[in-house]
Amino acid sequence: MSIRLSTGGRLIDRSRKIGFSFNGKQMMAHPGDTLASALMANGQMIMGRSFKYHRPRGVVASGAEEPNALVNLGKGKRHEPNQRATLTEVFDGLEATSQNHWPSLNWDIGEVNALFARLLPAGFYYKTFIHPRPFWKHVFEPFIRQSAGLGRAPDPRHSDPDRYEQFYAHADLVIAGGGIAGLQAALAAGRAGLKVILCEQSAQWGGRAPIDGVEIDGQPAADWVDAAVAELAQMPHVDLRLRLMAAGVYDHGYVIGYERLGDHAPGQDTPRHRLWRIRAGRIIAATGALERPLSFAGNDKPGVMLASAMRDYVVNWGVAPGARTVIVTNNDDAYRTALALVAAGLSVPCIVDARPEANGPLVQEARASGLRVLTGMGIASVKGLRGVVAVQLCAQDGAGEVLEDVVCDAVAMSGGWSPVVHLWSHCGGKLTWDAAGAFFRPDHARPPTDQKGQGFVICAGAADGALLADETMVNAAKSVGRVLAEHGKSGAAVPVAKAAAEAPMQPVWVMPAGAGVKKRAKMWLDFQNDVKVSDVQLAAREGYESVEHTKRYTTLGMATDQGKLSNINGLAVLAQALDEDIPRVGTTTFRPPYTPISMGAIAGEARGEIFQPLRRTPIHGWHEENGAHWEPVGHWRRPYCFPKKGESHRDAVNREIMATRNGVGLLDASTLGKIIVKGPDAGRFLDMLYTNMMSTLAPGKCRYGLMCSENGFLIDDGVVARLDAESFLVHTTTGGADRIHAHMEDWLQCEWWDWQVYTANVTEQWAQIAVVGPKARAVLEKLGADFDISAAGLPFMAWAEGKIGGFTARAFRISFSGELSFEIAVPAAQGRAFWEALLRAGVEFGITPYGTEALHVMRAEKGFIMIGDETDGTVIPQDLGLAWAISKKKGDYLGKRAQERSHMTDPTRWKLVGLETLDGSVLPDGSYAVADGVNANGQRNTQGRVTSTYFSPTLGRGIAMGLVLHGPDRMGEVLDFNTTKKDAKGEMRMIKARIVSPVFFDPAGEKQNV
Amino acid sequence: MSEGRVSALGGAQSQGLVNIRDIGLQGMVSLRADLAQAAKAVEQVTGVAMPAMRAITSGKACSVAWMSPDEVLILCDHAQADGMVTALSKALAGQHHLAVNVSDARALFGLSGPEGALRDVLSKITPADLTTLAPGEMRRTRLQQVAAAIWFETEAEARVICFRSVARYVFDLLAMSAHTSGAVGHH
Amino acid sequence: MLTFQCPYCGVQACETELAAGGEAHLKRFGPGSSDEDFEGYLFLRPNVKGVHFERWRHAMGCGKWFLAARCTATLEVFGTYPAQTTEPPPEIIAAIKARRPDWSLS
Repeated sequence: MSIRLSTGGRLIDRSRKIGFSFNGKQMMAHPGDTLASALMANGQMIMGRSFKYHRPRGVVASGAEEPNALVNLGKGKRHEPNQRATLTEVFDGLEATSQNHWPSLNWDIGEVNALFARLLPAGFYYKTFIHPRPFWKHVFEPFIRQSAGLGRAPDPRHSDPDRYEQFYAHADLVIAGGGIAGLQAALAAGRAGLKVILCEQSAQWGGRAPIDGVEIDGQPAADWVDAAVAELAQMPHVDLRLRLMAAGVYDHGYVIGYERLGDHAPGQDTPRHRLWRIRAGRIIAATGALERPLSFAGNDKPGVMLASAMRDYVVNWGVAPGARTVIVTNNDDAYRTALALVAAGLSVPCIVDARPEANGPLVQEARASGLRVLTGMGIASVKGLRGVVAVQLCAQDGAGEVLEDVVCDAVAMSGGWSPVVHLWSHCGGKLTWDAAGAFFRPDHARPPTDQKGQGFVICAGAADGALLADETMVNAAKSVGRVLAEHGKSGAAVPVAKAAAEAPMQPVWVMPAGAGVKKRAKMWLDFQNDVKVSDVQLAAREGYESVEHTKRYTTLGMATDQGKLSNINGLAVLAQALDEDIPRVGTTTFRPPYTPISMGAIAGEARGEIFQPLRRTPIHGWHEENGAHWEPVGHWRRPYCFPKKGESHRDAVNREIMATRNGVGLLDASTLGKIIVKGPDAGRFLDMLYTNMMSTLAPGKCRYGLMCSENGFLIDDGVVARLDAESFLVHTTTGGADRIHAHMEDWLQCEWWDWQVYTANVTEQWAQIAVVGPKARAVLEKLGADFDISAAGLPFMAWAEGKIGGFTARAFRISFSGELSFEIAVPAAQGRAFWEALLRAGVEFGITPYGTEALHVMRAEKGFIMIGDETDGTVIPQDLGLAWAISKKKGDYLGKRAQERSHMTDPTRWKLVGLETLDGSVLPDGSYAVADGVNANGQRNTQGRVTSTYFSPTLGRGIAMGLVLHGPDRMGEVLDFNTTKKDAKGEMRMIKARIVSPVFFDPAGEKQNV
Repeated sequence: MSEGRVSALGGAQSQGLVNIRDIGLQGMVSLRADLAQAAKAVEQVTGVAMPAMRAITSGKACSVAWMSPDEVLILCDHAQADGMVTALSKALAGQHHLAVNVSDARALFGLSGPEGALRDVLSKITPADLTTLAPGEMRRTRLQQVAAAIWFETEAEARVICFRSVARYVFDLLAMSAHTSGAVGHH
Repeated sequence: MLTFQCPYCGVQACETELAAGGEAHLKRFGPGSSDEDFEGYLFLRPNVKGVHFERWRHAMGCGKWFLAARCTATLEVFGTYPAQTTEPPPEIIAAIKARRPDWSLS
């Protein structure tokens, strides 16, 4: 059983105790503990269950590569699944629960899967759940869904109570990794004056060196680390960050960093996570290396762990995973673990070394201290059900014939080390196989390249394959030297690191080498996803030669650790099975993030009120105070209607329409786009933009116009007012303001750059209010205008400016409702004051504010099109009966050539008509007019569709517009429109509607022209 | 008549790592023209020399900010903006140009506090490199999802211009970035 | 995420401050042109792997459209230049040839 040792533990504060709970059980820890070390200190070796077979699992690693010890953290609103116990810093009151088991961690019914493991090989799901087809929906999928998934998703009714933020930073150099290589690189760059961000994912500086007894410049590594950090902290241009992981490297030196501010210290009111978005000139990946497991039967049992992790638990946290630990290795480094365990007073019955000979300094030191070293040996199997009770030894070269049983309660394994090349690879850096170390390391000739075509990621230290401390320092100095040289600087003296020399390792991919199928089916490669040596070999036999295919077939490396632990082992097994070299088999793609990052950090501040910018008109506050029911229009909020107490939205809309048609209504039209177009060539320019002629418009007059894309399709419409000889004011739709302004600038800058035209988007400079209805003029007269607003003085489609009620204003006689209408623009700062002045002046006329729905209904009653309703990006003006607004005289305008293409002139294009239901009901939005027969897919043929449909209170019936085949030639004809409802016989219910003119109300335009 | 004139947020304020305030009504005139040709007229009307690329220069009554190779923004008293347009048009008569009052289309915020905190708070919401932004330079960029312009009046005072309709969004963004327990300590 | 230097205001702009505008140096065909020419102008894009001339707008910035020569495979940017030109200027061609000796403007 694992215990807390009475001494040791360089990271924990033994003078203080903190409480936490695991599966409801109260436990004690020390500040500095990780959840993994604290659980082991409390005798809790089993921390999770594997995904497929639900096998009991203990911790296997001590860092980001941990595949087994995933837990649920927190509860209620702060519940989060799949958190690594090895990276979780314990705080007072932490609550963790284990996952992927039922009913309990120690007794899980899913464990029966393991009994049928022989029946659940790689690709089992693909092979089994195919036939019979109907079973998928009713049997297989529900079963798989029930058993699938790791952890428990947070309750969707809860919103995350924590705060998140992002931070944009710019640096000459980002150094990922705060071990001795990263620190040395930072010192050199910092001293040379570069702007540096040094980030370390854990809570400590120094990496492995202080654990492994390294000496630097004659002092213990820890002392050198402290001095280096102290020096760096004094440099204002160096930013040192613990708990900040370089999660991903992207194009042009973009680095995503993930800083954990609140996880280890909840209740401080800090943001929980901060996502760093860094532009780095160069990136040094001093990310170290990860140890690999060995593949022997039973290597996944609780108590079997990486040799380096075992050493970490003893040295860093004073925790012994076992009292008697067998070491199994193919390299010298694992002997450090043996020596560390002995130094901590723990028993090491033997060191099992797969190499035929072992005589390096560390081996000799182990032998000298009386340890039993067995060479050419391996582990045949591990005995024990929920832990280790013994290992059986065999010759590495044989088939696994047991030579000896060794009683033990833990196994420390080491299959060699793999450089962490993720950051090198994220953006396309290539790898090369290092046969001596049996690992992939960066191929310096093929780095990821930046905007100048230069390599921008440089690996340093162990990440570059320099695993020993002395090599690491030299390598780091060389790596940072390359960056400094680019800045015309040189590095400082290189500190000398001293570590014990190591004899070469020897690759061991299967232990023992001649293991039979029974043993290979118990050798785990991917611990979390339960992928074994036998599964990869099966995939190879079944023809999966590509490593990417094998990965997906077996799920090797697809667990949440993304293959950090043992992808190389899997690749090697695949290579052996295919009788290929490992480098020829290659690796799967490394993708960011390095370890999972929170959705909260990605969202940053964008939630709640500031999820999106919400655009407010100058009159927004009044609408809010007067009970507006809002409609989102792009990022704007516009009042849909103003319901009175107890009034339905529909009743409010009807009331607003009737009040406007019979008296006077008031609309906040401030969102309409307003663009000034000025210059000697302004008229010529607008003639190109609009389908009709704008250059002939006289100052003081307004003209409606259509804009098309070069593709011929209608993109916007609106009224243009000519301000003076050289200036036009272009009104666009609400959604068109920014888009049309950009469209204008595009053509002016990129095509007609010699034309003298300037534009300015003044949409928000003006509050625009439509005063609409037979009493509109009376309201303005009451308010008092210092210019002529009579029918003769300011006729329909004219504009004038002056003072109205003391406000500087422009009044446009334009109408989108068919009523007498003045659209009046005043400076935005006075928008609300003017709105309120109009309301006061209009009291005696029953003035009624109306919203967008009333606007829509009134324009539909008049047969006016709406961009986005009658148009959808495939409609041309000719489809909408707007040929009158297309100039025949102009030689060119945007869209003219496209409108001459055969598809555009096709007489069978659907054309705009009005639609009147025979029973007076309202046609469903988007409804289709059906035609005889069915198409190739067996669907009813169609001959038209509804584009706008409303209840018209003016007419007391449903009205609609739609596009219909030969529509304008079929006036009076009755069509069937589909609904989503069925009739008594189960047939789709149809509504009959008659084709009529789209102008339902006041066809002669008598009401607006007064 | 000046009655009823209000800025977008009516002088709203927020305290935190830095203090944020809606500066209130601010005159702004956009001038588009050949800047070299217009330099004399601009100096004559505003009393400020034509700024170099990305610069914002200040005189007694006005500041002039370089917006693009053919656009400057003139900051002046709100009540003077219309007069400024008229004066510019007169001074530039015969030269192709567009001068227009955009005072009410924008919101202007003042941020004050320690220099490092100012740069940190803004760096939470803009991809622009604020390490190198010196007083006297205007950076047009985005504040998260909307366009904005940023400059430092002094090391302890920054300015932000955005469109009026998104003033509340920008104010809330700034206020959240300046949350007292969200110090970064990068700058 | 790409960065480009805006040739108008000198800012090294991040992709999130820019709006992409597709292929550069298209010759406009209007009324009177053949169906083939118009189709080529409006729809047919070579979608090259390698050196590509393209349009970007400094939308969250000075508002100007500029052109860039960029390798679509490696994302190397050979240069940016103002949009008021119908063909890549000589210094851009030279910059590309310095890095891609086998390339020529077809």
